[in-house]
Amino acid sequence: MNLRRKKRLLIISGLVFAFSVSVGLVLFALQQNIDLFYTPKEIIHGKKETGKKPDIGQRLRIGGMVMVGSVKRDQNSLKVSFDLIDNGGEKVTVFFDGILPDLFREGQAIVAQGILLNKTQINAFEVLAKHDETYTPPEVSDALKGMKNFKTNKKQEY
Amino acid sequence: MLAEIGQLALAIACMLALLQAIYPLYGIYSGHQGAIRSAKTFTLLQCVFVTLAFVILSYLFLINDFTVTYIALNSNSALPWYYRLSAVWGAHEGSLLLWVFLLSLWSSAVALLSKRLPIESIARVLAILGLLSLGFYLFVLFTSNPFLRTLPYFPVDGRDLNPLLQDVGLIIHPPMLYMGYVGFSVAFAFAIAALMEGRLDSAWAKWSRPWTMAAWIFLTLGIALGSWWAYYELGWGGWWFWDPVENASLMPWLVGTALIHSLAVSEKRGVFKSWTVLLAISTFSLSLLGTFLVRSGVLVSVHAFASDPTRGLFILVFLILVVGGSLLLFALKGSTVKSRGHYALLSRETFLLINNILLIAAVIVVLLGTLLPLVHKQMGLGSISIGEPFFNRMFSLLIVPFALFLGAAPLLRWKRQNINELFKPFVHSLLLSIVATLLFLYVFTSHFTWLALMGVFLGFWIVMTVGYELYLRATHRFNLFKGLTKLGYSHWAMSLGHLGFAVLIIGITMTQNFSIERDIKLAVGESVFFGNYTFDFDALEPLVGENYTGSMGIFNVKQNGKYITTMQAEKRIYSVQGMPMTEVAIDAGITRDLYIAMGEMLEDGSWAVRIYYKPFIRWIWFGPLLMAFSGLLMMLDSRYRNKKTNVKGLI
Repeated sequence: MNLRRKKRLLIISGLVFAFSVSVGLVLFALQQNIDLFYTPKEIIHGKKETGKKPDIGQRLRIGGMVMVGSVKRDQNSLKVSFDLIDNGGEKVTVFFDGILPDLFREGQAIVAQGILLNKTQINAFEVLAKHDETYTPPEVSDALKGMKNFKTNKKQEY
Repeated sequence: MLAEIGQLALAIACMLALLQAIYPLYGIYSGHQGAIRSAKTFTLLQCVFVTLAFVILSYLFLINDFTVTYIALNSNSALPWYYRLSAVWGAHEGSLLLWVFLLSLWSSAVALLSKRLPIESIARVLAILGLLSLGFYLFVLFTSNPFLRTLPYFPVDGRDLNPLLQDVGLIIHPPMLYMGYVGFSVAFAFAIAALMEGRLDSAWAKWSRPWTMAAWIFLTLGIALGSWWAYYELGWGGWWFWDPVENASLMPWLVGTALIHSLAVSEKRGVFKSWTVLLAISTFSLSLLGTFLVRSGVLVSVHAFASDPTRGLFILVFLILVVGGSLLLFALKGSTVKSRGHYALLSRETFLLINNILLIAAVIVVLLGTLLPLVHKQMGLGSISIGEPFFNRMFSLLIVPFALFLGAAPLLRWKRQNINELFKPFVHSLLLSIVATLLFLYVFTSHFTWLALMGVFLGFWIVMTVGYELYLRATHRFNLFKGLTKLGYSHWAMSLGHLGFAVLIIGITMTQNFSIERDIKLAVGESVFFGNYTFDFDALEPLVGENYTGSMGIFNVKQNGKYITTMQAEKRIYSVQGMPMTEVAIDAGITRDLYIAMGEMLEDGSWAVRIYYKPFIRWIWFGPLLMAFSGLLMMLDSRYRNKKTNVKGLI
């Protein structure tokens, strides 16, 4: 090996090393910030794909339909609670303190992000509703298929 | 009838794009001069026909022709005319038409304004642009034709444009962003043409620099506008959400930023050439990837309105062809590209290279965070989302070395820098920036945080080094004022662009660290205290607009007991789709914004109200504006001015 090749090898291995370290660091940071998506059924019985139940205190996302008649408001503050259901017949209660999105309604699909308090209760720090009248997030739409009163996306066939 | 003419025009433009792609290349191959010269003709003709198609679609929107499906879905006769016009690009089909339309405008600009280039080089560039246009025409014609009819059962009125999109910001945001995305295709075409020719010299870098800069300016403005729109229209008061679609526009911007700097080095010093080519290919590929992510509907995002998997597949195949093809060409021809210059470890080149690498690292972070949820889902592991803290943490890590090198680089010499000469400017700038940071924090902040200290310091470090460099350069030969007037446009462009970035950093730091956000329940007549501000909920008035009704909350704002302003926040219900919308009230200022958004009316008649205090948030948009302006300055530099025509000012 002549000097130039040696130098090149050194530079390239240095680059590869630096690259893998940084990718490793990024992946490590990622691990801490991945929020898994659950439906109410999956929170109670474990995820469809892996069968794993969420741990109490875990940060997660939940999507489902707001049960009609389940929205309860506190009289003196913006605290609110409601039940989410899906086609599995399970029910999870979500607590939220803040302003609900414009398109939040009973009987419609929403996604909430929050922390699991106990087996069936979630303390949400963010509630998202869909952005137009016909759009439902695909992940929620999967969980609600076959339910009464629920229409899947129809916009394309209009 | 008109819609059919529009479609015909589109089909003709498609055929012209095919000719534009093939004929000039054949001419170069066989040495046929006429075929080489035909590139310009085909480009201009194609532009005429696609413009015709675009004008027809816009006209159909104006006259409310609801027999056209796309118009029936995205417009309404009650919509004001300007929103009807902007509804042309309010959804998928029209925005794709806008894309090809802009691509043909860029191509024509290249055809008309590159008189100094050898005719063969232009022919190559235009042929590649023709190939790209062809791909998009096929896409529009086969998967997303905006001219399809709903006959015979057409609706009486349209379904209306999504009210979120009924806004001035949305009239200009998509065209700006697309001008940026599409503009990078010119840089891409220049790079590919140079590879085919095997000729990558300083002249090549000089030609492609203003075009790349123009695209970068549009993208910068487009992103800033989008952020501003999200701030006042979505009603959450945020300016960046790390939403996949935002990320899709940020990635080409980051690589594009690396590209304009690397191009500068290639032009001035003749090094980094293959790196520059690779960046040009990546920038356009990421623009395409952005389109794929937005339009295929694989992402869950605020922007994912309606989507269709076949479209995604088409763009995916197109993306693979473009990226695969150009990388293959790079692998085959890249070795012919030799950088001749040399530079020492301590030199401006090295510092620029380091920041290029940091920008690429930032792109990798965003790419991972955006694509991982997709990969996760495809592997059958379920849906996930990547939290904002991930991006925030990674970017606050990357920004530290980035800003330090950014500030230092202009103080270094090209090729080789004597380390002893650096001591004085660095120590001076460091001391000045520490003093400025402490003063700034003392005056404008209420409490101390380490993050704020770091962010503001980085901002001032850039300000001070930029100032110091200008001072050194100006006093090198003349006195200060005469020296400053002698500096070239592109020197001012560099300084102002970097200052813009400093403004952006300071804005982000202040907004992220010192915002006060409160969601409260408030009835008419009640007040809320907020720092030294008092907000009185004065009255609630009914509201009737052209295509909506609603209520308006009127708030009187006092600072330290003294009246300063009245703010009016609205809650609208758009009649056609029955969709509620929040129109926030903002009292804007240089050092702070006050922000009120009406939530919903509660059972007892009081309202859920969101009140924010956002310090220095305007700086977040002022910084990019400054950067875009500095890009314009650079394009006006005498090196790029044609003797006859003012080349770049016309685009």
